[in-house]
Amino acid sequence: MIVSIASGKGGTGKTSVAVNLAVSIDNVQLVDCDVEEPNAHLLLHPKISHDEPVYTLIPNLNEELCDHCGKCANFCQYNAIFASSEKVLIFPELCHSCGGCILICPKKAITEGKHRIGTLKRGYAGNLELVYGELEVGEPMAVPLIREIKKRIDKSRNVILDSPPGTSCPVIETVKESDFCILVTEPTPFGLHDLKITVQVLEEMAIPLGIVVNRAGIGDKKVYEYCKAKNIPILLEIPYQRRIAELYSEGVPFSLEMPEWKEKFRTLFAEVRRRVGK
Amino acid sequence: MRQITVLSGKGGTGKTTITASFAVLTKKAVVADCDVDAPDLHMLLHPEIIETQEFKGSKLAVIDEARCIKCGLCREKCNFNAVTENFTIDSFSCEGCGVCTIVCPTNAITLTERVSGHAYISKTKYGFMAHAMLSPSEANSGKLVTLVRQNAKILAERENCNFIIIDGPPGIGCPVIASVTGVDAGLVVTEPTMSGIHDLKRALQLLEHFNVQPFVCVNTYDINRDNAEKIESFCKENGIDVIGKIPFNPIVTEAMVNGKTIIEYSPRSAVAKEIEGIWEKLSALVSEKSFT
Repeated sequence: MIVSIASGKGGTGKTSVAVNLAVSIDNVQLVDCDVEEPNAHLLLHPKISHDEPVYTLIPNLNEELCDHCGKCANFCQYNAIFASSEKVLIFPELCHSCGGCILICPKKAITEGKHRIGTLKRGYAGNLELVYGELEVGEPMAVPLIREIKKRIDKSRNVILDSPPGTSCPVIETVKESDFCILVTEPTPFGLHDLKITVQVLEEMAIPLGIVVNRAGIGDKKVYEYCKAKNIPILLEIPYQRRIAELYSEGVPFSLEMPEWKEKFRTLFAEVRRRVGK
Repeated sequence: MRQITVLSGKGGTGKTTITASFAVLTKKAVVADCDVDAPDLHMLLHPEIIETQEFKGSKLAVIDEARCIKCGLCREKCNFNAVTENFTIDSFSCEGCGVCTIVCPTNAITLTERVSGHAYISKTKYGFMAHAMLSPSEANSGKLVTLVRQNAKILAERENCNFIIIDGPPGIGCPVIASVTGVDAGLVVTEPTMSGIHDLKRALQLLEHFNVQPFVCVNTYDINRDNAEKIESFCKENGIDVIGKIPFNPIVTEAMVNGKTIIEYSPRSAVAKEIEGIWEKLSALVSEKSFT
């Protein structure tokens, strides 16, 4: 079963929920898909056994064959190629690796080159396997790296995907093909606003979902009213407690220090399993 | 005119709370909400929309069923697995590259423009605001950010404003890059957590990469004073100004629930005073600095 953890708004507690869930159940593979700012490893302290560069395909131009016809630049939807009558310039960080320029070049002057966008890391914290990616600073596109780390998903395990914030392409790439999505929100106007957008995205993608309310007790009751009206299940509430915030700040999953929470996360997971029917 | 981007790396550290407060404190600024896929600034500043623009950021392949001979070439050549078993396009996967249109032997596929969001020019109690809303699940947020920034610039020039204050998205990817390129300063809002520190460092690297002058402020610093000190000494070692430390106070959430900035809701609170101090320092430093 693949369960993704998303939120819309940043800083609502996605990583905290993902990590605490991961340490509370067995046979887990946690895949941190927030490649821009991966944080799960800061709470799990895994022993990294595997570290590999990740590349995307980019055009590699053979200047001798190129006659500057400009068809490649004209075709490219991402402005990754600029062609003048004297020169062709390639901007690797804008390239989406579609391969169109290679197909369209009448002189066969373009071949596949590669461009490093980040690093894939794998390791273990006890029996828990962690896979995550680190986007190179200055690289704009997270999606190809997310796609690459998701190839390491081991379906024989309980797979937990920690999503980046937002509602655009990196989130879609993460939650795609999940059996269930847990949305972590906080009961504030910002939390609710971004939650609504995310629910809309997941409904369009036909992914079943449930809510974890983090920092329960702050803010107002509108998240609860919304969930009730939309018939969205609230799977767990985590109260705002200074102790929980402090443990997070120190890089400690709070359910390790407050073991009563392990049982709550196990119940949460059992409920997700029941809803998925697996 | 100076442009300042408020960013954080990690989400939820208080970017929007701080940006909105700046907007109230400086009456001569245009604010731009560049978190286009989860914009929240409007909930504090209550803009009145003056103009709406359609944003056509990406394209989508469409297969004409009548012409399609189901040869499978498009599916074979698509690098995004966007052509389904039934020869339809999965709009969540299609990146609008157009490869399918050139490999199709019967010209059954065309690229169509899709409206992937809207940009707005608005007025608030405190001045003009440029913002946007990316349609849920759309791509190309970077391009929409660029449009918001263009709008902000036009407004600032027209209104003769001294500052553009940009509320950035979390992360360090394309919309963040689009929010920081060419600005005069970046204020990184961090929190004293292991994640906050880790993400701060990457956000600072990003600013360095794009040659933007960095400033740091630590929000809810008293949640973990040791970590707050670590942030300060790290910044000191790297010659970066920590221009403020904001204490934790539930009143910030209370202000948000009431749809107000902390400056309006509780002007005498320690949080409001600290943000005022940050704005004074930041605006003075950014104005004085001679930029090459």
